[in-house]
Amino acid sequence: MRLGREYKMNRRNKYEVDFRKYDYGEERINLVRSLPKEYLEKAKDIGVNIEEGDGAYFQIDHNIIYRKEVDRLKKEGVIIMSIKEALEKLKWVEGYYWKALRPEDEASVVAEKYRRNGYFIYIPPGVKLKRPIQTCLLISRQRLAQPVHNIIIVGDGAEATLITGCTALVEEALHIGVSEFYVGKDAKMTFIMIHNWSSKTHVRPRTGVIVEDGGIFVNYYINMRPGITLQMMPKVILHGGARAYLTSIIRSGGDALVDIGGRIVFVGNGSRGEIVTRSIIADRANVIMRGILEAKENVNAIGHLECRGLLLSDKAKATAIPQLESKSMLANLTHEAAIGRISDEELNYLMAKGFTEEEAVSIIVRGFLETGLELLPENVRLGVKIILDAISKGL
Amino acid sequence: MINITLLEINDLWVKIPDQKEYLLRNIDLRINDGEVHVLMGPNGSGKSTLLKTIMGIPPYEVVRGSIKFMGKDITKLKPYERAKMGIGLAFQSPPRIYVKANYIVELMTRKFRTQRIPYSRFGIQHLIERNLYEGFSGGEIKRMELYITLIQRPKLALLDEPDSGVDVDSLSIIAEGIKELIENRSAVLLVTHLGYILKFIGLEVVNRLHVMIDGTIVYSGNAEKALEIILSEGYDAFREGI
Repeated sequence: MRLGREYKMNRRNKYEVDFRKYDYGEERINLVRSLPKEYLEKAKDIGVNIEEGDGAYFQIDHNIIYRKEVDRLKKEGVIIMSIKEALEKLKWVEGYYWKALRPEDEASVVAEKYRRNGYFIYIPPGVKLKRPIQTCLLISRQRLAQPVHNIIIVGDGAEATLITGCTALVEEALHIGVSEFYVGKDAKMTFIMIHNWSSKTHVRPRTGVIVEDGGIFVNYYINMRPGITLQMMPKVILHGGARAYLTSIIRSGGDALVDIGGRIVFVGNGSRGEIVTRSIIADRANVIMRGILEAKENVNAIGHLECRGLLLSDKAKATAIPQLESKSMLANLTHEAAIGRISDEELNYLMAKGFTEEEAVSIIVRGFLETGLELLPENVRLGVKIILDAISKGL
Repeated sequence: MINITLLEINDLWVKIPDQKEYLLRNIDLRINDGEVHVLMGPNGSGKSTLLKTIMGIPPYEVVRGSIKFMGKDITKLKPYERAKMGIGLAFQSPPRIYVKANYIVELMTRKFRTQRIPYSRFGIQHLIERNLYEGFSGGEIKRMELYITLIQRPKLALLDEPDSGVDVDSLSIIAEGIKELIENRSAVLLVTHLGYILKFIGLEVVNRLHVMIDGTIVYSGNAEKALEIILSEGYDAFREGI
């Protein structure tokens, strides 16, 4: 892809992070037979259990060190490899490259210019995975930029769950993750992404999703620590009868600036979509919760948007910007937004029931974060609950 | 059996900080182990304030006097410390908590190391997956709140109008719950507005009835006699002194 003109036209760089000051290194593939215990533990902390999935992908910095598909799935044609390998070996993959989104801002342009691996996952039509595919992207070097490009294709009638955990072991880093999802007719993709960033990390996920007729896309995003700036706005296009549920759970604190949201475009009749954002905002953090529901001409669709923020400090700030755009008299789009704090009445009640103030806050926060779990396959719910417990206790 | 003093309140004066007026004045109250006391009085007389003060809930400030529980001065203790010592308060109107009811029940069962009481006995099985008190009816709130209080297995249960705004079916469930507390040797301080619940529990279990007017206890004594006066003449009789 040529970048010159597009790059100049789209220099938009929200929050003015200087992407040039980071180390972009080189793309490498050095596979190991088994992962060191230390890395397995780090992955577990962010909900990724490499040893228990139907497949796995592990990338440290720019280096792929581990990937696997279980034999049974290999026979069925499931592919897990680096995007570089996929583009080289499988000509048809190019037809999916930058098709669910365009490189329209500086972060995605940089991701394309310096691309350093990322995963390619292909689930053939009709194949239903029982266990999730587990992937982990880890940053281990100070001031490293990790620009990755992921493509996930779920064939017609196929079903899969993908868990991706991203974390930095160093204080300062830049993570740009471009992800393209193609969910086939009557297929189902459940994508669970868990982030845990260190205090000076800038994070720019760029996600595009296309869901064909009757397909389902469930996106469950948990941010345990947002880094210093986090900005993302995944875009989902829904064709006839397709459904999408985007849930984002954000725990922010320190001086973090978080600008998060989602956009669902209803293109086909009978499509339905929901965006739910729950954010707890501590210290001096500033969180903007956005959401856009957009119904195209004459589309019969139902969409709902919900943004809720819970302020835990009087220096924290929350903004909710729900947006509904409709060109269709047949569409029914709704939204609700609320920002509040924990009331003394709730705290006093729980303290009278034997809980310390700290425990009471954690109970209320835990309840606030409990949303969308029923959308996840049963075999991953416990893992997600453990992460939510960890967030509520670490306040 | 020797009666051990569980709760001892001496010359208690209570107000809200920065306000002049006293909400409670010169309160003396002694409740022995396993005793059942009933507290009645007109609206705004200070009944709920007394219960909340015993529990240690802000903003009530003890200006004078003391509250002792099992011989220990608890006047300055936090509510959760009092709860751990064995005081349980069933709120008159508990706040909505955006947490699933069964999660709170599970945490409390663990905290107080008690046996799980079947939900069906309190008719709350259909509520347990919902956020606590969100969209509950009057009777449902009272049944759930009493259930939660029972989990604590309190030595002293403070029950704030468990019978107000409930239907007859709920009333009999609540009465059964209170009887269970009594059978388990919990002392009870029961606030009731009209005393209707006493018909279900039975007056014979009540050791003493107190009448509170304008923040002070004006009568302490035989329940049957006092109840008769309240129901026939109202509280005015107590204002004038009996």
